[in-house]
Amino acid sequence: MIQLNDVCKSYQMGEETVHALDHASLHVRQGEFVSIVGPSGSGKSTMMNIVGCLDMADEGEYLLDSQSIQDYSERELARIRNQKIGFVFQNFNLLSKMSAAENVELPLIYQRVSANKRKEMVEEALEQVNLIERMKHKPTELSGGQQQRVAIARALATKPSLLLADEPTGALDSRTSKEILELLQDLHERGNTILLITHDEDIADQAERKVRIRDGKVSEVSV
Amino acid sequence: MILQSLKMAWNAIVSNKMRSFLTMLGIIIGVVSLVVLVSVVNGATSSVTDSISKMGTNLLTVTISDDKDKPLNWADITALADEDEFAEAAPMAQGNFTAKKGTESDSISVTGTTPGYYDIQGLDLGSGRFLKTADVNSSTYVIVINQYTATTLFDRSNVVGEEISINGIKFQIIGVLAEEESSGSGFNSERMEAYIPYTTMIRLSDSVKYVTTFYVTASSEEETDTAEQSITNQMLERFNYDEDAFSISNMSTLMETMSSVTNTLSIMLGGIAAISLLVGGIGIMNIMLVSVTERTREIGIRKAIGAGYADIMLQFLIEALVISLLGCMFGILGSGLIIFVIGKVVTSLTFTMSTGAIWVSVIFSAFVGIAFGSYPANKAARKKPIDALRFS
Repeated sequence: MIQLNDVCKSYQMGEETVHALDHASLHVRQGEFVSIVGPSGSGKSTMMNIVGCLDMADEGEYLLDSQSIQDYSERELARIRNQKIGFVFQNFNLLSKMSAAENVELPLIYQRVSANKRKEMVEEALEQVNLIERMKHKPTELSGGQQQRVAIARALATKPSLLLADEPTGALDSRTSKEILELLQDLHERGNTILLITHDEDIADQAERKVRIRDGKVSEVSV
Repeated sequence: MILQSLKMAWNAIVSNKMRSFLTMLGIIIGVVSLVVLVSVVNGATSSVTDSISKMGTNLLTVTISDDKDKPLNWADITALADEDEFAEAAPMAQGNFTAKKGTESDSISVTGTTPGYYDIQGLDLGSGRFLKTADVNSSTYVIVINQYTATTLFDRSNVVGEEISINGIKFQIIGVLAEEESSGSGFNSERMEAYIPYTTMIRLSDSVKYVTTFYVTASSEEETDTAEQSITNQMLERFNYDEDAFSISNMSTLMETMSSVTNTLSIMLGGIAAISLLVGGIGIMNIMLVSVTERTREIGIRKAIGAGYADIMLQFLIEALVISLLGCMFGILGSGLIIFVIGKVVTSLTFTMSTGAIWVSVIFSAFVGIAFGSYPANKAARKKPIDALRFS
């Protein structure tokens, strides 16, 4: 499903070269719920950018659905993100001027899905996060937990191969955090592949498998 | 996809109405100046050309500046009308005199001529008759006046048979011209004018003796060139082949000159308006650049969930295009209103919105929107999703 082999990525920060990922390897199988845990600056954001096809590795190999993501143009990366990856961000990243339903619909528009089909898929996605009755509301009219559920619905709408959650509970209180984690568990049980990125060990423990990242190096931790 | 982009553009414009309106203002002003200026020039031109073409484009005006001791008298001119290539011919002499009736007196412009003048100038009689050959032969004191003269001196128009005095000499009114339509030329209706036999004019005025100006009309518009050639040859023969002794002007050449002048004027005014449209375009680019920076995060989100270069490019390009075309639409509506108001104020001329100017402004606005929108749109579309997402 996901296969990172000896991936390296470095940035130029002024004079210094920062090795954000240093020969990192990771395997995630279909239907797994994996968490990546590490402190800030450990390279987990870089990891997420590469796995999410927002960025490309300098060295090494990345296979997504046994398809090698290498030397792709910006346009091809956009297509892969659109079809295979569902992003859930810490700060939700919803478009504030659109309703919940319109936010969920957006990736489907970029996929050129017909209007009738889109409506169907939007409703299906919102149903999975139990927000169907709030579909006409703008993000500002929803609570933090509800906003994150809309964001999860948006990520699910295209039926992606991988749900990529970057600190999904970082901006939520503990009660709503629990709610969101339960939702992720629920989605995992329904067969979705989930990669959860967090700095919080307790949250990482919710996954069925835990991977630790430190100074750009990845090590497997059993749960 | 285009439909979706239109919807997104519309939402973006509506969500910031004041800014959108100010952005459009440049385009609105450009379109208004283009449409209004061109329409007003066209309106003025068509009213002038109308009054010229009323006289007919087969009209030739001959002015003699040096008669080489072989002056023409009025009978020489009327004799021209018998030739095949000419329809009518009439001499013309003008002078300003004082017209008096009872205690009323005013300055009047009097034209001494022959019966042919009626058709040549396309005059329209309201009552009575025009000058006859017999009047000219025996130089009688008869006069045809225009409607304005009748109402000024008599306060009524049925004045045929009455008498008025011109410079102290009594004239009998034999005809009154019809009132000119207000939408027509509008130039002569506010002036006292009268027509008397050419021979009577010679007696009335010391300066008029021989013919210095006369009109001939060609038998048809197609014959105008032949007629002009013929009259030129006759004049050359008479005046020892001196081309400077006389000049002949042709109404159709006058019309051509006139239309080329107004065309130049339209293009010039249109050019000035086009420059203001261009300035409006720069305004659009400026605001779009600000908007792209402000919406960096939105662009990042869109890219993360799968929007490609073309999707973002299309979105911002359509936004710029919608702003400029919306501005253009408001501009056209505004100019319609302004032209309507001008038409109400200046009643002597009729103005219609120039469809040509409307099309030019629509096409030009679309062009401006695309041209000045593509740089900001490209800037938006080229943003890297990771950088754009990190932007706050």
